[in-house]
Amino acid sequence: MSFDVNTILQLSVLALVAVAGTLVVLTRDPFSQTIGLSFFGLMLALMFFILQAPDVALSQIVVGAVALPLMVLLALARIRRQEFRREQKKGQEEKS
Amino acid sequence: MTYVALGVAAWLFVIGAYGMVTSKHLVHLCICLIVVQTSTYVLLSAIGFRAGATAPVFYDISLSTPAVDSVVQALMLTDIVVEATVAALLLALIVQIDKRTGTVDPNKIDLMKG
Amino acid sequence: MKYPLRLGLFLVGAIGLAILYGLAIARMPGEHESLYGRLINQLSQPQQHIRDAVTAVNFDYRGFDTLGEEFILFISVTGAIVLLRETYEKKKEEQMDAITPGRAVSQTDAVRTWTLALTGPTVVFGVYIVIHGQLTPGGGFQGGVVLATAPLLIYLGESFEVFKRVTSTPLIEITEAIGAGGYAIIGIIGWLAGSWFLQNVFPLGDQNNPSVFTGGTVPAINLATGIEVTAGFTLLLSAFLQQTLADRGDS
Repeated sequence: MSFDVNTILQLSVLALVAVAGTLVVLTRDPFSQTIGLSFFGLMLALMFFILQAPDVALSQIVVGAVALPLMVLLALARIRRQEFRREQKKGQEEKS
Repeated sequence: MTYVALGVAAWLFVIGAYGMVTSKHLVHLCICLIVVQTSTYVLLSAIGFRAGATAPVFYDISLSTPAVDSVVQALMLTDIVVEATVAALLLALIVQIDKRTGTVDPNKIDLMKG
Repeated sequence: MKYPLRLGLFLVGAIGLAILYGLAIARMPGEHESLYGRLINQLSQPQQHIRDAVTAVNFDYRGFDTLGEEFILFISVTGAIVLLRETYEKKKEEQMDAITPGRAVSQTDAVRTWTLALTGPTVVFGVYIVIHGQLTPGGGFQGGVVLATAPLLIYLGESFEVFKRVTSTPLIEITEAIGAGGYAIIGIIGWLAGSWFLQNVFPLGDQNNPSVFTGGTVPAINLATGIEVTAGFTLLLSAFLQQTLADRGDS
């Protein structure tokens, strides 16, 4: 295996993608996981760029790093609001 | 290098599936599903790659320059955008599940009826 | 199914996958160039006058598959909006919302300056990527998602009411429908011109002086797809934001 710059770049970005994916899965709390997901999307866009796929990298940058974590965070905020409202309802029923 | 990329694709698939199997929060499950989808992108990129070749855009290079496979990239391109909207649909479903059954733990859902 | 059973089944599946995958990889040649890919790289410029081979595959040679994917996007956005539509609930909810904590803080001057200043260049850049899809890396899908971040910047810099005023929902829904239907209508024009569905029947333009109008139907399809992806993502964003913030008293 020749050790020119291109091969080293490709191997290191592939290793970064694997490590980032593992960290995303092993983080159990969804709020922390979205930051990891954003970083994972960015690493993936870098990988597409290094593997000579600029069209795909353009799509992945916006979708993977901005749109997807945003929607996950908004869904989590909605779930938290619903839980809060349920606890309030339970508190009021216990009082009355 | 191709073998390393194929190995990374398999590793992402397995670790994503493991996360889905042992998940305790539905949103965590949804994100692990995205990791599984990502493994297919890595696999497709590895299949189309040629060492020493350039991107398949021939704006200022001659047509006989070796370039990577363009059909595989076209497959990945639309898939990324569609994946985001399907994930949004899944998240909307999760919000409704939480409203109806009161929990987001996949192990506990059939115990609490809404 | 119970957790240990699930985990055991998964481990059996993973080991089986590892064995089969290893066997499959061991027989693969290291790098294999497919004939179809090489043909399209060589032929997309002489045949259709499109410089970017990926856009040629997406919107010309395999345009029918992209039509299907675009409609998947359309349907997913519709499904998510329907699921997130909140039925107007009783007064008790409003009473409870009056005591929920936390009002959105107004943004600092630095955030507001930068986000509003960057909105204009984002829109210009997004339109540039959409239009030049057949010459440089770009196209409808990529430019559409870049354009969809412009309303998001407006929301981040200002509050939710300004976002709602900028993206009035009926207009954006009509825009998305025009984008999705426009693609199908361009395909029907292929029928009306006496050829197949989605055949490239517009004038192809000059091969040696490429401009944004070379490529036949591809610039028109790029525009339709860009419009549809932008409108779809903006609708999705607006539906999610409305669900989270409308009852906090911001709207």
